[in-house]
Amino acid sequence: MRIKLHVWRQSSRSDKGQMETYELDNVIEDMSFLEMMDTLNEKLTVEGKEPVAFDHDCREGVCGMCSMVINGEAHGPKSETTTCQLYMRHFDDGAEIFIEPWRASAFPVVRDLVVDRSAFDRIIQAGGFVSNHSGPKPDPNSIPIEPNIAETALDAATCIGCGACVAACPNGSAMLFTSAKASHLGLLPQGQPERFDRAKSMVSQMESEGFGSCRNYAECEAQCPKGISIAFIGRLNSDFLKASLVEPIDRRGDMKAQ
Amino acid sequence: MNRIQTLYKSNIGKKVIAAVTGLILFGFLLGHVAGNLKVFTGSNEQGIPHIDEYGQFLKVAGEPLLPAGALLWGARLVLLTSVILHITVVVQLAMLSAEARPVSYVKSKKKAASLPALWMMFSGSLIAGFIVFHILHFTTGTIQLGEFEHGYVYNNLRSSFSNPFVAGGYIFVMVVIGIHLNHGVWSMFQTLGIDNPDRNKFLRTASTAVTTAIILGFIAVPASFLFGLMPEAANYAHDLLTGH
Repeated sequence: MRIKLHVWRQSSRSDKGQMETYELDNVIEDMSFLEMMDTLNEKLTVEGKEPVAFDHDCREGVCGMCSMVINGEAHGPKSETTTCQLYMRHFDDGAEIFIEPWRASAFPVVRDLVVDRSAFDRIIQAGGFVSNHSGPKPDPNSIPIEPNIAETALDAATCIGCGACVAACPNGSAMLFTSAKASHLGLLPQGQPERFDRAKSMVSQMESEGFGSCRNYAECEAQCPKGISIAFIGRLNSDFLKASLVEPIDRRGDMKAQ
Repeated sequence: MNRIQTLYKSNIGKKVIAAVTGLILFGFLLGHVAGNLKVFTGSNEQGIPHIDEYGQFLKVAGEPLLPAGALLWGARLVLLTSVILHITVVVQLAMLSAEARPVSYVKSKKKAASLPALWMMFSGSLIAGFIVFHILHFTTGTIQLGEFEHGYVYNNLRSSFSNPFVAGGYIFVMVVIGIHLNHGVWSMFQTLGIDNPDRNKFLRTASTAVTTAIILGFIAVPASFLFGLMPEAANYAHDLLTGH
């Protein structure tokens, strides 16, 4: 396969950056997209040029490291597929491919296609935990959970935190990520004690990171490699609303009769 | 009060305000279209068109419990506040979102975002302009696009809408409002956390159906006058309309 690549090159955080064009003619259909990038980097290294920096780790679609906007879509044209699980057979011979980093002020470009996603870590730190006792280990399945609730929580928990939702959102909003993380704990009985505090603190951290606001486009859901539903956004909206206006309800105190 | 301030400061809170004020304005449209359809119901035994009577009713509605005009001005105050809040929070959010992506993509593709959703700012701005124009046209009579006399609603409509440009302009804006509501009404359910996968199809269909019905109701008025389907109103004496 022959392909023409337009890749975002940026030497540092402060560099302005620009698109550069490369041609590759030894691409094999069964290469993954990242293997194709490795091939490009080998070629650049042999030519004495700086290879393209990009994030990757497990290369099996679960770690959430790979992060490329390919032809205008986060993780490329195949739905519910991470960049590492995208293969060159998904492209035509002679294809022209545009590769850009996630674009968001909360995700500054570190170099080329690598962005700093520590904003997500700080959102998790703000509320992505449950309180556990430190005593003896409880029996497995000692807390009954309704199967639909357990399944919904698992759906939310499939979020790999890659940031495709932010990259895909026309507003650069992180609502899909934050709502998935808040929901997978908030749905389960173990997550109830902090449920409303979690919604408040995760949303407040998310907003302080400079992500945009959700406009209900559902673009995040369409480009999420795990197909996470915007239903979780509605759920977080509802929890946040309750947390802001009603919860926690303090009903201690005496009452008088009359 | 403290809680409302905290909510307002957050982006989700601003969206909630946009949703709730949007709902108020949607409720107004429902009432407005119901009133408009009175142009088709004819006249009373004195020859006063029902729509003129209805216009008169709006001025005195609430009497004798409330002083004349109190209900009307109360409603106008709520609506004005809603419009101002709706626009303010949406502009604030749009400015924030513009900052969230300082460098745009060289190539970008939309997989799910619908055109009505992407056009909300454009359709909204047009509607805001139309509201001002519409009040100056049919409420105050400042903009004269035909014969205009306060209280003679039917004749005023007939005179303005027999002009194809005026009728066409109104019909065009109604379509724009329909496009705005098609996304907006469903979006309200999602923002308030009411939508869920098990009722998503119903809520979206219902939003489109109610919006379409309202917009067709609005369009029916200028369209009927434009195509000459409406009879001339009988001349009736000024003093039959009590408020004039």
